[in-house]
Amino acid sequence: MRSSRFWPLLLTAAAVLWAVPFLWMAVASMRPGGAGAVDIASLLPAGPFGLDNFRDAWSSGHFPLWYLNTVLLCGGLLAVQCVTVSLAGYAFARMRFPGRDALFYAFLLQLMLVPPILIVPNLSTLVALHLYDTLAGVAAPYCASAFGVFLMRQTFRTLPAAYEEAALVDGASRLQIIVHVLLPLARPGLTAFAIVSVTSHWNEFLWPLMATSSPSTQVLTVGLASFTAGAEAGSEWGVIAAGTFFVAAPLLIAFVAFQRQFVSSFTFSGIK
Amino acid sequence: MSAASTTPNLASLAPSIVADRRRIPTAWAAYALLAPSAVFLLTFTYWPVVQVLFGSLTVKGFQGAAHWGVDNFARLFADPHFAHAVRNNLVYAAGTIVPSLVLALGFAVGLSETTRLSSALRTAIAMPMLIPLVAAASLFVFIFLPNAGLLDHYLAYFGIAETNWLGDPSVALGSIVAITVWKNTGYYMLFFLAGLAGIPQDLLDAAKIDGANAIQRFLRITLPLLGPTCSFVLIIALLNVLTQVDHVIVMTQGGPSDATSMLLFYIYQQAHQNYDVGLASAATVVSVGFLFALSVVSLRSLERGIHHEV
Repeated sequence: MRSSRFWPLLLTAAAVLWAVPFLWMAVASMRPGGAGAVDIASLLPAGPFGLDNFRDAWSSGHFPLWYLNTVLLCGGLLAVQCVTVSLAGYAFARMRFPGRDALFYAFLLQLMLVPPILIVPNLSTLVALHLYDTLAGVAAPYCASAFGVFLMRQTFRTLPAAYEEAALVDGASRLQIIVHVLLPLARPGLTAFAIVSVTSHWNEFLWPLMATSSPSTQVLTVGLASFTAGAEAGSEWGVIAAGTFFVAAPLLIAFVAFQRQFVSSFTFSGIK
Repeated sequence: MSAASTTPNLASLAPSIVADRRRIPTAWAAYALLAPSAVFLLTFTYWPVVQVLFGSLTVKGFQGAAHWGVDNFARLFADPHFAHAVRNNLVYAAGTIVPSLVLALGFAVGLSETTRLSSALRTAIAMPMLIPLVAAASLFVFIFLPNAGLLDHYLAYFGIAETNWLGDPSVALGSIVAITVWKNTGYYMLFFLAGLAGIPQDLLDAAKIDGANAIQRFLRITLPLLGPTCSFVLIIALLNVLTQVDHVIVMTQGGPSDATSMLLFYIYQQAHQNYDVGLASAATVVSVGFLFALSVVSLRSLERGIHHEV
């Protein structure tokens, strides 16, 4: 019976170890800068505590702008994606047409050939389309989403065909059927897609770094990288912890609050 | 589409006529619905592959003249930096995939029963997957700081001397591996948890009654039934190995002396710092080749995998 105590202890120890970077972020960000040199590595939550680091981080980085750009990017992209994936998902789920299976696999190829790999050609495309250094340009390669199409196809397939047949007979167009009949029923699929999409684009770094150049188009991740480089030179570890908190907190809070929803969305997916 | 103009009466009287009248327009309607996605896929996924193939085979002459040839590939394969990047990427693949999959499976098995404790522990392990890789890098810059950093501070209690975690060429790649394992294990755990939830409990109970011990039950029942989940997670992990180098860009710039350079970092470096489009294109072709091979092998099992998780 010793083993019945051993495993929970080991798992708890491992999970605590896993949480150490977050614990440090919490403790260090609250520790006023002056004490930093002495005990900045200590994980013990000993006072005095203050919000100085958050104030410093907020004023030395352009966090309001970075938040705005990130929200605009994620929100605008999601809006476009919802249109593209719903229409294509419906076509693959419900309609018969020549080349359907071949086209479906051609779509799925995007699961593998992800935009970060194609930065070189995509950059020249952005320049040619006059989209370089714009948020629209950052969003453009993701406006079609193989994952979203797959997810919506699966979702539409679970809906009974009787609804749309009735609507069709009543003289509704396909577009009307998708918008007014099917999408309201497909909301769980769309929610799952929204969570995965926002999470992956909130967190993305390399492509926004390459596709933008001016400070006014920086998103949170790109801003954080330059912010960290600056604060690192001054050994302002508490300020770095506070800045990292600003970037990571929204999704972490959402995750803890809506854990069940997040987990089911991610396991539905696996692919961004 | 034309069915929309058919009156309900006619439709119920002659369904076969309606079906016939709908056949050809249905195809066009389907293509119209696919068009918005197809435009973006053509512009930013298919065309770039063609473009990069042409780019890699275009050799720039001295007076702006260009001709076809394999010079870029010859230069690429002769470049010791590229060889380093590929070798590092292989080490990185093995070093991240094996531990994170084993740990993820272990955590999933250990935490599969839902109690208050196990859901708290699951949350702790899953949290790193939600933060940007650059945010993880920002935290680990301090954790790996020699002497004053978190790791050295606590290792000193065990008498372990200061280590230059990111500056020592023999340690740096291991540090990058550690960040990746920390960040991705929770993500993979979620899939194993979902897979475990799909294993019928009575199967395990029956084996227990028949006298199979915990290890036998795991090896003979749980593991084989997790097969599809394992291959699915493996594919995602391979994809991550080739497509995520944010921490390398932020923390080490591929250094010290190429110790942490990787394929995508090499591409980034050639394109962004050396402005050598020919070399960057050739390296992209190699990378796309890897991913294409991976797709051919895995798209079906990936599709099945996503299916399985549902």
